Amino acid sequence: MSISTYQRRRTTNSLMLSLCAVSAFLAVGVLVLILGFVLAEGISSLNIDLFTKMPVPEGEPGGGVANSIVGSLITIGLAAVIGIPIGIGAGIFLSEYAGHRLGDVIRFTADVLTGVPSIVIGIFVYGLVVLRMGNFSALAAGIALAIIMLPIMARSSEEMLRLVPHSQREAALALGISRWRTILSVVIPVAQRGLVTGALLAVARAAGETAPLLFTALGNRFLSLSVTGGPIDALPLRIYRYATGPYSEQQQQAWAASFVLVLTVFVISLTARLLLRRR
Amino acid sequence: MRWPWRTGNTGDAIARVIAVSLGLSVLVLAGLLIYELIDKSWQSISEFGLGFITGTTWDPVAREFGAAPAIYGTLVSSLIALVLAVPVSLGAAIFLSEIAPPWLRNPFSFLVEMLAALPSVVLGLWGIYVLIPWVRDFVEKSTLGHLSFIPLFSGPPFGLGMLAAGLILSIMVLPIITAISRDVMLAVPTSQREAMLALGATKWEVISGAVLPYCRSGLVGAVILGLGRALGETMAVTMVIGRGYNITASLFRPASTAASTVASEFNEASYGLYISALVELALILLVITLFVNIFARLLVWRIARSPGVIRE
Amino acid sequence: MTVDSRHQLEAAIMGYEMRIEHEPQAPVSEAEALAAGMVVRELNAWYGSCQALREVNLLVAPKRITAVIGPSGCGKSTLIRCLNRMHEVVPEARASGQVLLRGEDMYATGVDPVVVRRRVGMVFQKPNPFPTMSVFDNVAAGLRLNGFLVRRSRTVETVEESLRQAALWDEVKDKLNRPATELSGGQQQRLCIARALAVEPEVVLMDEPCSALDPVATLKIEDLMRELAKEYTIVIVTHNMQQAARVSDYTAVMMMAEDCAGEMVEFGNTREIFTKPKEKRTEDYITGRFG
Repeated sequence: MSISTYQRRRTTNSLMLSLCAVSAFLAVGVLVLILGFVLAEGISSLNIDLFTKMPVPEGEPGGGVANSIVGSLITIGLAAVIGIPIGIGAGIFLSEYAGHRLGDVIRFTADVLTGVPSIVIGIFVYGLVVLRMGNFSALAAGIALAIIMLPIMARSSEEMLRLVPHSQREAALALGISRWRTILSVVIPVAQRGLVTGALLAVARAAGETAPLLFTALGNRFLSLSVTGGPIDALPLRIYRYATGPYSEQQQQAWAASFVLVLTVFVISLTARLLLRRR
Repeated sequence: MRWPWRTGNTGDAIARVIAVSLGLSVLVLAGLLIYELIDKSWQSISEFGLGFITGTTWDPVAREFGAAPAIYGTLVSSLIALVLAVPVSLGAAIFLSEIAPPWLRNPFSFLVEMLAALPSVVLGLWGIYVLIPWVRDFVEKSTLGHLSFIPLFSGPPFGLGMLAAGLILSIMVLPIITAISRDVMLAVPTSQREAMLALGATKWEVISGAVLPYCRSGLVGAVILGLGRALGETMAVTMVIGRGYNITASLFRPASTAASTVASEFNEASYGLYISALVELALILLVITLFVNIFARLLVWRIARSPGVIRE
Repeated sequence: MTVDSRHQLEAAIMGYEMRIEHEPQAPVSEAEALAAGMVVRELNAWYGSCQALREVNLLVAPKRITAVIGPSGCGKSTLIRCLNRMHEVVPEARASGQVLLRGEDMYATGVDPVVVRRRVGMVFQKPNPFPTMSVFDNVAAGLRLNGFLVRRSRTVETVEESLRQAALWDEVKDKLNRPATELSGGQQQRLCIARALAVEPEVVLMDEPCSALDPVATLKIEDLMRELAKEYTIVIVTHNMQQAARVSDYTAVMMMAEDCAGEMVEFGNTREIFTKPKEKRTEDYITGRFG
């Protein structure tokens, strides 16, 4: 090997490794850039009114997004109540009961379902629930979000339950404990931290979704506490509405609301990851 | 764990029924989804037939609906996203997996994954007020604008349009391609790297000669999963793509994707055929993403990943 | 009872045969090792804060087989990996001391490990051919590194030559384009040997090359080693004393000290080490009283 070949190899090496480093910093840099903007714009418009007041007619100053926050809490709460138990149940099925073929089919279907565009889920629930009920509602929104959460919950719960060593199940069986009781009192408690993590991540995902809410919750300028009675607002919907509107007061509020939303999603995700790591 | 099916215990019998039905709920959901979409789009399907996919006019007033520009927009914007994101993602994944010292790896990976947790609507907000002005002023007016004799770069420099959509989509698929690629690379056995090193290879030669070839199907799977994500992305794209409904080579023109059309018009749709046409658009989108996702899953199927790590 | 006769008695009892095949060799001369072989001087190695090798000295005679034996955990693999600077690839691993190849210190500042690894080749415990490459491409892998463009005809010649040296040519000459994973375990290991030989190293290191193979494949590789020693300097790590006795000209014995650091106990002629060891620790190890 000649000196020049060797030099060429060394140069290529340095060049390519540097390019990779640049890419990594670029990827992180983009995040920092976006977060920075949301932070900067959002914090400057942040005030207590945001959390306590209702929206005012667009174009006028003042007001807040209290109804959106309440609406988000209601819809996500509904989604969690519906989606988490069914998701964990499906996970239990996959981990404890399913035969090889059926398990593989369900697992594959769940994985593919996670890739369905959320707007399609929104249309689905519109046809399934909204049309039948005759009106938009928090329930429809909750169902839509639950459908988004379900496959994620099922797969993550399954994997967490699988991590529980077989010896624990066998010990319970040897003591004469019935299978369902084993699952409830032995397997689930051992896996509980992982299950909670999975639930938190699914909730964080649902909290940021907008498209499915467009045709199920619709949005509402006023406060609504009703589950089935009519349209309800949500934070992502309000951000969308204000961001695409022409009024600068509302645009500022969109930034502030975004800040709140991003902060919430990040805090939930971070909590989930910290829980996972401390095992 | 395979337990004996019958235990003679009523509690177990009930529990089994519950578990089975919850497990099957996944399949039921998938089936219902497809059924409902076909049902609600039937009016449009029977009205337009295959012409729906090839038609280029979308005119609610004239009751004429053709999906071709929307499908075109979906595919082109996703393609742009991949062209921009894949090199950066792969480079970042290589950095995280092979180059970065262990203490840097975790924080960086964490940051990249946090990018995935950003709600789409917030990204769209940033897109409207930061990205679009930048695209308009820096890209369309100055640099690429000088190349306007190339059809790709012709068109009014508004900022919003296909290019902005492609850019914002690339930001959205970057984390998923990076994370899966990184996992796939980390799974390459050390013995492969050592074999290449022992022959006197530089670090890059080890990566390009031993690591990347070993996991290439996983990498392709990662890219295709990213594609699947890009195809279905709605809010951020809707907010920056404008509302042009046409098939054109120009990257600067406002455009539409299937998702953006449905998102913008569904609540305005005032009569049955209009709604049905929009649902059919959603159905087409579903079919495309299903194909892409199934293909990707078959490639990435065996790669172990921790649950809920990345938003898909 | 001398070690020799006691040992043969034990061997007979335990049912294996220890054959020491080589004529008594002259001890390794430092001059010879400096000129054409390898010299290790005061080598220390750490994984993080844990010392794995302490003040190891060794002379490796050129064109001979040197075996490194010792109980598990004593640092044999660490030592051999220091000989081609593979040790430092592990995060937080470092080494100090001198490793001289033909008199040049491989650990001197400014020496590129990439060059070291080309001159000192390595075969690993578990065969690790590149699964995405054919038999031919595997052997040629070292020749085709970035920018190292060789004429195709030259590559073909080198590949055939290496496969012949590795005693594999006849078995794979019709299968050169088949994936390397189609070969049996023993064949894969010989493929890895051919791959290492193709870049024309000066020394070939083998880290327990037969431990993942069946006895028949093992014997084939041992025969191969003796052939290769006519051209290459070979250092082999093995936990199998019979193998060391069968195959090597010189043997180095390592032991683990109380703090887990590996030490070189003694090295010399294989025959002398196994029949008249100078150190008590060596005698204990060889007679099975320890390790």
